[in-house]
Amino acid sequence: MIAYLSIRNLSVSLSNGPEILRSISLDVDAGEVHGLVGESGAGKSIIGKSVLGILPRAMGITSGEIWLDGVNLLSLSVAQRRRRIGALAALIPQDPLTALNPSRRIGPQITRRLVGILGWSKSAAQARALELLKEVHIENPEHVMRSYPHELSGGMRQRVLIASAFAAEPKLIIADEPTTALDVTVQKQILRLVGEMQARHRTALLFVTHDLGVVSKVCDHLSVLYAGMIVEKSQMRSFFAAPSHPYSRALLAASPKYDDLSGGLVPVPQAVIDQLDGEITAFDKGSRT
Amino acid sequence: MMYEVRDLQLSLPDMVRKPLLGPAPKIDILKGISFDLPKKSVLGIVGGSGSGKSTLGRTMVRLLEPSAGHIKFDGQDVSHMGEEKLRPLRRRFQMIFQDPMSSLNPRQRIGRIIAAPLELHGWDNVAQRAIEALVMVGLPESFAKRYPHELSGGQRQRVGIARAIALQPEFILADEIVSGLDVSSQAQVLILLEDLVRELDLTLAFVSHDLSVVRRLCDQVIVMREGLIVENAPTATLFTSPQDDYTKELLAAIPLPDPDQPFN
Amino acid sequence: MLCSIQSYAMRDTRSEIRPKLGIRLWLCGGWLFCLVLGALFAPWISPQDPLAQDLFAARLPPFWVAGSEPGFWLGTDSLGRDVLSRMLHGARLALIVAFIAGTLTCLIGSTLGIFAGYYQGWADRVISRFIDIWMAFPPVLFAILLIAVIGTGMTSIIIAIIIIDWTRFTRVVRAETMSQSVMDYIASAQVAGRGKFSTMVSEILPNLLPTIVVLLSLEMGIAVIVEAILSFVNLSISTDSPTWGGMIAEGRISIHQAWWVLVFPLIALFLTVLSFSQFGEGLKDRFDPVLR
Ligand SMILES: Nc1ncnc2c1ncn2[C@@H]1O[C@H](COP(=O)(O)OP(=O)(O)OP(=O)(O)O)[C@@H](O)[C@H]1O
Ligand SMILES: Nc1ncnc2c1ncn2[C@@H]1O[C@H](COP(=O)(O)OP(=O)(O)OP(=O)(O)O)[C@@H](O)[C@H]1O
Ligand SMILES: [Mg+2]
Ligand SMILES: [Mg+2]
Repeated sequence: MIAYLSIRNLSVSLSNGPEILRSISLDVDAGEVHGLVGESGAGKSIIGKSVLGILPRAMGITSGEIWLDGVNLLSLSVAQRRRRIGALAALIPQDPLTALNPSRRIGPQITRRLVGILGWSKSAAQARALELLKEVHIENPEHVMRSYPHELSGGMRQRVLIASAFAAEPKLIIADEPTTALDVTVQKQILRLVGEMQARHRTALLFVTHDLGVVSKVCDHLSVLYAGMIVEKSQMRSFFAAPSHPYSRALLAASPKYDDLSGGLVPVPQAVIDQLDGEITAFDKGSRT
Repeated sequence: MMYEVRDLQLSLPDMVRKPLLGPAPKIDILKGISFDLPKKSVLGIVGGSGSGKSTLGRTMVRLLEPSAGHIKFDGQDVSHMGEEKLRPLRRRFQMIFQDPMSSLNPRQRIGRIIAAPLELHGWDNVAQRAIEALVMVGLPESFAKRYPHELSGGQRQRVGIARAIALQPEFILADEIVSGLDVSSQAQVLILLEDLVRELDLTLAFVSHDLSVVRRLCDQVIVMREGLIVENAPTATLFTSPQDDYTKELLAAIPLPDPDQPFN
Repeated sequence: MLCSIQSYAMRDTRSEIRPKLGIRLWLCGGWLFCLVLGALFAPWISPQDPLAQDLFAARLPPFWVAGSEPGFWLGTDSLGRDVLSRMLHGARLALIVAFIAGTLTCLIGSTLGIFAGYYQGWADRVISRFIDIWMAFPPVLFAILLIAVIGTGMTSIIIAIIIIDWTRFTRVVRAETMSQSVMDYIASAQVAGRGKFSTMVSEILPNLLPTIVVLLSLEMGIAVIVEAILSFVNLSISTDSPTWGGMIAEGRISIHQAWWVLVFPLIALFLTVLSFSQFGEGLKDRFDPVLR
């Protein structure tokens, strides 16, 4: 039985050579949350973009397979792939302000997908958008629907994007650091909402975050990335109980904890970085021969 | 005192409810904020999403003009100063914006983005200084030749930090600057900021949702809610004996990296 | 160094990526380049005098059809004038109008647009109101009226084109400027102490350029069409200098006896307009850093 989203040996590189992703494999089942953590610039967002077929022009997939709902996306034509992804998947992008069109009001930007791709009526889409904005705890949703993106706060924009990702009840959500601009109380409510949605629609969720605290609350599995390579993949509880890779241990040690003033705020030690660089060199040698 | 803020109020026109003819009604965003920020200290600003933290920051660096109240920067009243008179002060206070992508000009290379403010203030050797700033925030020199969209989210955030510290200002308002960084880079940036505060007499206002970071970095914390300060206390006091209900609620909602922590 | 702080720079193996010139840019650019060369050197490279009539050599077919004569590569019209030479000379007017009218329209329209979009306030109100009123008139009628009043000639064509099309630039550039001005990099320039006007020129303008280039090249194509239409209905310049529109009008009459008189100018017109409309897109594709 193949997982709902299954990425197999995915490699992505820039058109002039350097590798961005190094043979990534991961599975996300329906109703499951898979966390992606790791170094900034390791390629977490690029994994999401490869799945959704929105890689930057300078990058290309050099090998691998991406199975979504039993179909290898990379074997489809571009148009077919786009249609399939449009119907099944949604993205919560990392940059809220640039992901929204600055010259259009919020309302149409949420309903566009519903009306355009899924063929809802305008009023039904409108009602649904209002309801979703309420669910992400936006006070005064009518007002927000008629605002422009720059008139909202960072966290409000991020919640608008969460709402529009949920709007079409997708089967796969790729959430790229969806709670960075939210205060902890709203974050808690959003995480709870995500949990409910999951239970209701059995959505598969790929959850990119830097906050190991959040990981420990929502994820079932997680992968730790470094320089385009998965260095550890484990079950959430076993990760926190006993991380197997030294890099994971260093990340856990670096996590600031408000109730423990002595812990945290230590960068990953040079020895661990040297070891990682060694692993990458070994990998690159292996893949070349 | 670096900053003395007294009864600061700010309202913006509400374009949504603007009638076809005539002026738009105003919405009050800051409703009377007062606090002092001593030199060489780190102020944490926390609070609900949409409570006006970024707006407060924008008013402090005078991107917005207060509708009432006063802001004194280093003894000078800057609340209604015109742009011409502000210009010489501009190098002394900087802001790092919340949304990294939109704060970088998409059609300028990173090197240019960092060097431009330096050039504007008549510094020499700007390209070299830009590269030094890049290296300080942990990015390789070669990034100077890239465009913003060719970086990852966290790398862009660090470019914003580099641009602000390159100017060696006396005050930086950092709006949510470590949320997009992995914990290791976070630690590097925070250590860098601590060093700047210690060695270069930087004063820092640090807007963040990450209370663990705030506790580590800040001397004093203000908690905002709906345009008002609900609590203003030294960090240790705030975390050990919070007074306001909202502060307590915030503290209770912090997710710790521990699957057994009761949550919900 | 600012201070003695240990740095942990990450690896970076990437070097500069240069995208290839697209086939579209090659084709459009190639055609326009040839056309410009042809127009520039028309007096020297034309095989014949474009105005020389020779009724004994009337309606000669193009070179590959039986009965053609060397030296008249694309045949002659009903007055015996060489089609190729007339097309080369006609290209001069077409291109001069395209460049001057396109550039002026672009300059006027974009300048108004960027000021309105960036300074907003009364500048915007005045300009927007003016556009609304302007658009209420049918501008084509306005242009024809203008030519009727100040007479035919190249200047009139150019003024007519500006009158018809400046609003397009203003509207698009104004909207684009407004959406750029709410971005934080503008606020960031202000925090750095950059003046308002300087921010407009050095931060916003580079972000408008791709849009402006596409519009400009489109506008040049439109100018070529407008010039052809006006010459077709004989409202262009004096009747004896050759124009594509004029040739098409003449060719239409003798289509059954000499199709080439109509077809070759039509093809040239079509290719030129198509190239102009695609050239801007091609340039943007190749040179806009954000699309890489
Ligand atoms: N368009 C591009 N051209 C060249 N390199 C790019 C481009 N986009 C991203 N990169 C590089 O690819 C790498 C992976 O980027 P990605 O955005 O996936 O990082 P990330 O793991 O999401 O990091 P973060 O947590 O900071 O968002 C980075 O090192 C980045 O510099
Ligand atoms: N230009 C504007 N016009 C109208 N309202 C605005 C404008 N800018 C901000 N607001 C409103 O002001 C309030 C405060 O916004 P602000 O960005 O300061 O919040 P914040 O505390 O930074 O929140 P977050 O943590 O989500 O970033 C929000 O309700 C927002 O909708
Ligand atoms: Mg990312
Ligand atoms: Mg904010």
